[in-house]
Amino acid sequence: MTKHITNFTIVGKENYGPQYFKLVLKHPSTLPVIMPGQFVEVEVKNNKNVYLRRPISIHDVDEKANTLSLLIQIVGKGTSTLSQLEIGESLNLVYPLGKGFSVEGHKVLLVGGGCGLAPLLHTARCYHAKGIRPTVLLGGRTADLIPIKDEFGKYADLHFATEDGSLGEKGLVTSHSVFGKAYDRIVTCGPNPMMKAIARYANEKGIDCEVSLENNMACGIGACLCCVADTDEGHKCVCKEGPVFYAKDLTKWCNS
Amino acid sequence: MLEVNIHKLKLKNPVMTASGTFGYGEEFADFIDINRLGGIIVKGTTGSHREGNPYPRMAETPSGMLNAVGLQNVGVDAFCNNIYPRIRHFDTNIIVNVSGSTIDEYCETASKINALDNIPAIELNISCPNVKKGGMGFGTNADMAAQVVSEVRKVYSKTLIVKLTPNVTNIVEIAQAVEGAGADSVSLINTMLGMAVDVERRKPVLSTITGGLSGAAVKPVAVRMVWQVSKAVKIPVIGLGGISSAYDALEFLMAGATAVEIGTANFIDPTVTIKVIEGIQEYLDRHNIADIHDIIGII
Repeated sequence: MTKHITNFTIVGKENYGPQYFKLVLKHPSTLPVIMPGQFVEVEVKNNKNVYLRRPISIHDVDEKANTLSLLIQIVGKGTSTLSQLEIGESLNLVYPLGKGFSVEGHKVLLVGGGCGLAPLLHTARCYHAKGIRPTVLLGGRTADLIPIKDEFGKYADLHFATEDGSLGEKGLVTSHSVFGKAYDRIVTCGPNPMMKAIARYANEKGIDCEVSLENNMACGIGACLCCVADTDEGHKCVCKEGPVFYAKDLTKWCNS
Repeated sequence: MLEVNIHKLKLKNPVMTASGTFGYGEEFADFIDINRLGGIIVKGTTGSHREGNPYPRMAETPSGMLNAVGLQNVGVDAFCNNIYPRIRHFDTNIIVNVSGSTIDEYCETASKINALDNIPAIELNISCPNVKKGGMGFGTNADMAAQVVSEVRKVYSKTLIVKLTPNVTNIVEIAQAVEGAGADSVSLINTMLGMAVDVERRKPVLSTITGGLSGAAVKPVAVRMVWQVSKAVKIPVIGLGGISSAYDALEFLMAGATAVEIGTANFIDPTVTIKVIEGIQEYLDRHNIADIHDIIGII
């Protein structure tokens, strides 16, 4: 897939509590095809303490409107600066980057933890477009830490798990009752301990499992070799050879 | 006119890409016409495959970044057999950065690269701060630097560039030593040894504790060293360190560099190299300078 560098225009912005916000970005002409699970490298202007771009996963794509959206959690100075952006401003993206989800399988479970649910909306939509209605399980410590909820209902059977029981079943996502059903594929993005537990479960059961990793990056295109994950075949760039990896290739990682 | 020569190496313009920041060039082919570059210095290559250092390998710092990649690379044989056939057709100078832990390893890698028709030069990396053995060890001692260069000179017949570390008391002394040992050019500076601490975790950010600083933060140091070295040696100097605009590149050229390399800025703008080339030409046009040599080393 050809990569691009393009100035987008912010045409929508929504805040979800103090920690999360969504930007809807319009391409100046025709948005190229974007696979679910791919990401963008966003230029951060107006903060002299931010030097590098920030990798942000693509939350959703609207091919008709030529827009893509980013769901961002404020975790540091880069994302904090991005949260100050307003509708009408422009944002420079290098995109679409990385290897996304396969959108394979028939009985599919998508598991998102916290802001890790971001890439799963476009993923759910792509499954739905293939005539497959996946099961989606979203988890967080509390309901407030699951920023997007209802949107998934259009494409998927939606379930929740929260540690305090404020939404859905009480407990960790990995102990949710949806795991009692049979799946031929599990797709997950979220905190590492959650993804490691799901990857171990899938590997034990022999279920195909795709895991979306997140590491600090510089270039985002496989040039600097900074963002490597420790896969069973050695160091691989999360930005280029990932961010999506198969759990069966991460046995060392998921037991670490 | 933007053409410059580094010994036998002819560059269509003085802008090259720095090793470890541009992959093998292919990673940037979606963004720019690679053939417009003066040269590409590909990833540091060693005698055998290296996995590099553990993650985390990168820390963002004010106007720069620290890296501790540790020369992760496929090794010289895989480069010659798998990568070289893919990139040899580029209409630009493909230069291999050669690294190692021992003099034998440097020589073995250099002689294998010497056999590749479309690689007109190597950049001998005696300055990597991120490997335990060799690397910067060779580059911080004038006698050892001269020794590795003179041994490689015996097995390498094309243009031999030696990349110098700034982590020394007197870089001029090292530059003169490698010139005396047969280097055709020196490139400087490699990264500056640095460190960052995550105060919330109360731990170093990098897995290796220390790493190499690059980016705009190092530029004034690099310009100063290029100026000092270019006054003291007869071989051409290649300048690098924090270049992200044509004005930055022009600073290095005026301070004495015959050519420049762009590194970390490629991560922020993958089209920066072309902007720098066009910006240098625009500067020359605006000042009615016909030949870039008229500004090289004017300080």
